This record gives sequence, C-alpha cells and structure tokens, in this order.
Amino acid sequence: MIAQLFFYIFVGILLFSAAMVITVRNPVHSILFLILGFFNAAGLFLIAGAEFLAMLLIIVYVGAIAVLFLFVVMMLDIDFSSLREGAQKHAALGLCLGLVLLLELWMALSHWKVLPTDSNASLTTNVQHLTNTEALGTLVYTHYVLLFQACGIVLLVAMMGAITLTLRDHSTSRRQNVARQHVRKAADTLELTTVQLGESVIEHGGVLRPKGSYNEIAAPGSYGLDIKESEYLQNKEEKGE
Amino acid sequence: MNPTLAAIGLGPYLFVSAVLLVLGVLGIFLNRKNVIILLMALELILLSANLNLIAFSSALGDLSGQVMVLFVLTIAAAEAAIGLAIVTVYFRNRGSIQVEDITMMKG
Repeated sequence: MIAQLFFYIFVGILLFSAAMVITVRNPVHSILFLILGFFNAAGLFLIAGAEFLAMLLIIVYVGAIAVLFLFVVMMLDIDFSSLREGAQKHAALGLCLGLVLLLELWMALSHWKVLPTDSNASLTTNVQHLTNTEALGTLVYTHYVLLFQACGIVLLVAMMGAITLTLRDHSTSRRQNVARQHVRKAADTLELTTVQLGESVIEHGGVLRPKGSYNEIAAPGSYGLDIKESEYLQNKEEKGE
Repeated sequence: MNPTLAAIGLGPYLFVSAVLLVLGVLGIFLNRKNVIILLMALELILLSANLNLIAFSSALGDLSGQVMVLFVLTIAAAEAAIGLAIVTVYFRNRGSIQVEDITMMKG
C-alpha cells in the first residue's frame, strides 16, 4: 500500500517535471526540472528493487551530467529568446505524433502479458541472499566483463574527444616542446663565472642570466625573465651607473 | 517478482516509461532550435528506456536488465559530454547555437 502511494507520487512528479523540461522558456529552469525528474526516477528505481542503480542515477546523472548541462548553459551567452521563435510551428505536428505514439504503445502494452518464466533457468538470477550491489558486481565482473571493459574504452574516447574539441591554444599557454628539450644543452642555460670575494653577483649580471640565448632555446613564454632583465637594466641606467 | 513491485505490477511501470518516451519525442519537436534542450530530451528518452529495463529486470528476477542499464548510463554520459563539447566549440565559432545554421558546415 505504502509502495503504491510512493509510486504514484514519484510518477506524478517525474511526469510533471519531464513536461516542464520541454516547455519552460528558461533553459536553466529546464535543467533544474530535469534534476527533479532524475531524483524521482531514482525513487522509482528504488521501488523496483534496483538500489545500486538508483544511487548511480543520482550520483552520475544529477551530480555529473546535469551539472555539466548547467555549466554549459550558464557559460555560453546564448540569446534564448531567438531560439524560441517559431517553436509553435511544429507543435501541432509534434503533438499529433506524440499522441499516435502513445496510443500505439498503450495498445501494445494493454494486450500483452509476461509469460511466467522459470527464474532458475536464467544465467543471471537475482540471488536472494546477496544485496543488489553485490549481485550486480558479481555479474559485471564475470559474465559481462568484456562489455564492462568496452564501456571504459567508450568513456576514455569520449573524454579524449571532449578535450580535443574544446582545448584552445592560447598565447600564454605553456606547452611541452619535446624536440626543443632534447636539443637544449647545459651550456645554453648555465654559465660559470668567477666571482671575487665580497663582490656582488649582480655586477656580473649573474642571477638575471643568460645573455640572450635563453629565449631561442626555451619555449616561448616559459620564463618571465625578459621583463625582469629589462627592468633591471632600466633601473641601472636611472641610477646613473 | 520483487515483492514491492508485485504490489504495483509491471503495467504502471511500462505506462510511465511510455509516457516519458512520448514526452522526450515531443520535446525534440517543440525545441527544434535549441540543441541543449534537444540533448535533455534525449536524456529523457534514455531514462524511459532505463525505467523499462529495470521494471522487466525486477519482474523477471533477472539481473541482466540492470547490467544493461549500467551500460546505457555510460553511453548517455559519453553522449552528453561529446554533445556539449560540440555545442561549446560551435558557439565559440559562430556565436549562436541555431540548429538551422549547422547545415552551413557541409562542404
């Protein structure tokens, strides 16, 4: 009885928020409704007995994907009012299509019965004495291990794709230049000078080295020494040395 | 069958997931210009598929349905990440995310 009550509450909020996702004008509100919908879907998962996936839905969907959507919507300065123009043009068509689809699904579902199955015959029976997470883990790491690894590869490729798509070269960004690193020798950057006792290193230009060859050898922008060196020389001139 | 699910039955679950699917499809028609809402409608459709899989998995006492949901979640995450990356790059180049303008990209 209590399960039924919760089921209908969750369903009501889920369907309401799904409807709001596709109709509200402000995309930020739409994402927030999506999050509400995911939470209620997680409730439905819990009622069906899939505890691990319910938690996963909250962590992965709400914690990662919905927040990603939120970031993108808030970072891009999009004129959303222009995007809404002409939205009503296809609304009638969409509504007709949706109604037909719903009718068909209802017709299919209402005249269909699940055959009584022998759950012992299944390879992947939900064993009663295990928790849901344990049973799922046992299954994923044995029977579905190849698919599981393939999922890892899919995620890796998605990550690399997203990084390559959005990475932008900046004039101030510091990148590794392997060829330059290999060509570089100790003599290019290091110079030994004999300093007399009690003499300052600055008189030899010591700490603010090297004499010019630095920037050709090093990657551009790697060192902030150009400015400091010129400032030092300027100060020296001002002092009248 | 799971005892709590048995109290409700498989039918309501399937109907909810059907309505969610229809809402997702409707969202694609209603927001044809806004790629971000399109991606969210896709998430709704995937969620309805997940709900279906979980309901069947629970009703038949077979855990493979839940494993499939795990994989669908992975694919959905990858799809959202790539989709949003493309939207970001497109916005950077064009200054808008009008779906109609994207046809410009063809040769």
